[in-house]
Amino acid sequence: MTKLKIKRRRESSAPGEAELIIEAGRTEKNYWQDIWRYRELFYFLAWRDILVRYKQTAIGVAWALIRPFLTMVVFTVVFGRLANLPSNGVPYPILVFSAMLPWQLFSTALSECSNSLIANANLLSKVYFPRLVVPTSAVVVSFVDFAISGIILVALMVWFTYVPSWRIVTLPLFTIIALAASMGVGLWMASLNVQYRDFRYIVPFLVQFGLYISPVGFSSSIVPERWRLLYSLNPMVGVIDGFRWAILGNEASIYWPGFALSTSLVMLLLVSGIWYFRKMERTFADVI
Amino acid sequence: MSDTVIRVENLSKKYIIGQQQQERYTALRDVLANKAKDITQIFNPKTKHQKSNSEEFWALKDVSFEVKRGDRIGIIGRNGAGKSTLLKVLSRITEPTRGHISIKGRVASLLEVGTGFHPELTGRENIYLNGAILGMSKLDIHRQFDAIVAFAEVEKFLDTPVKRYSSGMYVRLAFSVAAHLEPEILVVDEVLAVGDAAFQKKCLGKMEDVAEKEGRTVLFVSHNMATIQSLCNQVIFLNNGQVQAIGNPGAIIQLYLNEGTASEDWSNLHSIAQRRGEGALRFSKLELLSSQGRSVTAALSGEKLIFRLCFSSFSEKLIHKNCRIGIAITSTSGASIVLSTEMICQDAVDIRADDCIDFCIERLPLSEGIYSLTLFAESNSIIQDWITEGIQFTVEGGDFYGTGKHCPAGYQGKSILIDFSMNKKSYKYA
Repeated sequence: MTKLKIKRRRESSAPGEAELIIEAGRTEKNYWQDIWRYRELFYFLAWRDILVRYKQTAIGVAWALIRPFLTMVVFTVVFGRLANLPSNGVPYPILVFSAMLPWQLFSTALSECSNSLIANANLLSKVYFPRLVVPTSAVVVSFVDFAISGIILVALMVWFTYVPSWRIVTLPLFTIIALAASMGVGLWMASLNVQYRDFRYIVPFLVQFGLYISPVGFSSSIVPERWRLLYSLNPMVGVIDGFRWAILGNEASIYWPGFALSTSLVMLLLVSGIWYFRKMERTFADVI
Repeated sequence: MSDTVIRVENLSKKYIIGQQQQERYTALRDVLANKAKDITQIFNPKTKHQKSNSEEFWALKDVSFEVKRGDRIGIIGRNGAGKSTLLKVLSRITEPTRGHISIKGRVASLLEVGTGFHPELTGRENIYLNGAILGMSKLDIHRQFDAIVAFAEVEKFLDTPVKRYSSGMYVRLAFSVAAHLEPEILVVDEVLAVGDAAFQKKCLGKMEDVAEKEGRTVLFVSHNMATIQSLCNQVIFLNNGQVQAIGNPGAIIQLYLNEGTASEDWSNLHSIAQRRGEGALRFSKLELLSSQGRSVTAALSGEKLIFRLCFSSFSEKLIHKNCRIGIAITSTSGASIVLSTEMICQDAVDIRADDCIDFCIERLPLSEGIYSLTLFAESNSIIQDWITEGIQFTVEGGDFYGTGKHCPAGYQGKSILIDFSMNKKSYKYA
């Protein structure tokens, strides 16, 4: 009853009239409400990063196409031609690229996210806003790259006259899981990076290492059955398998127990990432 | 109208200083190394645990005050007194360690001009970005856009990346965005120290408008007492993180100036860290001499006063050519008297190491009070030494006009005395 009353009073008064209390450990009270209020800042920071990224580049957005395309070519040659790995009848470039897409999304989002706080250090120490805005807006930028390189996939499908099945409509779901994975790891890295700058060296290593232990250049079906569950401890395995399942249709099978394990790991990472970020964020301005 | 909008109770903020002194941030290796050390200490209890490298520092301690709607609060204090920390806590950038603040109304803080400006973006883009960072909505920015541009006087360069702006334009644009925020409470750190004089004046005018015409509450940190005096109706004097005094500007500013550095020891100016310039030629000593050539600690109104400035050279050069040496004497109200070599010398002045220059005022035209001094030295148009803060001297009341009276109390510390005469006549029958 009292709760309801308080709520009503707050609504009736003008938004600026609401009393703000600042106390040690008190900041979280209107945190999520604040995030909503600062959604425009979120939008502007993402907009800034996208603008800046392609300013003063001669071919601009084409960079987002060239990098994944060349990587795809190399992987196709190395894994498909030289190593002769199986592709279950799918054109090897499409097999590679359907995994390149989520991997690229994950790796750029992770790097952007973990560097975002340091890159915006001057903002953190001079202006108040919910700090969560910074890493999340950084992730949006990599999503734009992801959307652009999606064009390559479409082009490849046209080239090989490859028609996807109905499963393609589930792609957004897997994209969200990929984003959640990068946010989860990214938030941990971002907050740790503020505290210990060592983590700035760990992230590139993680990204490079992850490319080889994730099924990007090959299908995860080549992993022996009894190791599949263990292999799924890598959260990106579930995401990539999901992408292949959605894009390649019947030719790709998915190992559901592994997928469930990967996805729950992703969720665990995301929730713990947010928890740790929230815990550390109060001191960001003091240590950064 | 006069309800409380900000109430601060027993606010304290603690910082841990230590490792940050050597490096700006902690590296994981140091943490691991320290942990390892701790473990070895468990097995080796003889070695005492050393906690020396993590020292507590209270930037704010039990600060309490209240701000009423429409108040214009000036916050003064020496460097490190906790002014900026207070503003940071008020604007929620950092969390207090103890204490309680309640704020009614939207707070906008301006702790730095141009926070979040991106050099690659154009003026137009930066207005939107900066506005959003300062908490304006897109609609607000859109509505104010023309006013912002007009105030900053950058119409022609709106679509130029700000990295090509002159520093003046950059600052103007940045301040202009901030000036068009419409919060109920505006928190401003010393940001007006930038920009040219005309623009500074414009900014101050804008701030006065915000406070007086629009009835907003302003909290303002500055070292410039004249600005504080003209802008604020209440002043908080912070000292070592604590509130030393709160009250009306005149009294508190006087108190502030009386504190600390009014100690008349200028024999070693090297101890003043806050100075600008190349530093090849530096002021080493300042001495006040009376008419008999005696060194004095306080000057007397109406008497002869000599400022003796001594120099040290910090380069191989023995002679610093073509120098310009000056003193500005500033009262709390901001009026100043300038004594400079270029005013009275036909030829260039050369200064050798260990030279001294005497500036001599025949009859000191200052009323009783405390005045600050600015010392300035330039050689070949390069600023060598420039001390703007930290030197104050006292003028005691004297008989300037030869009437046997001191200057009336109301003019103390404010008035510059000049010779003038007066005739009293009745024009009725003339």
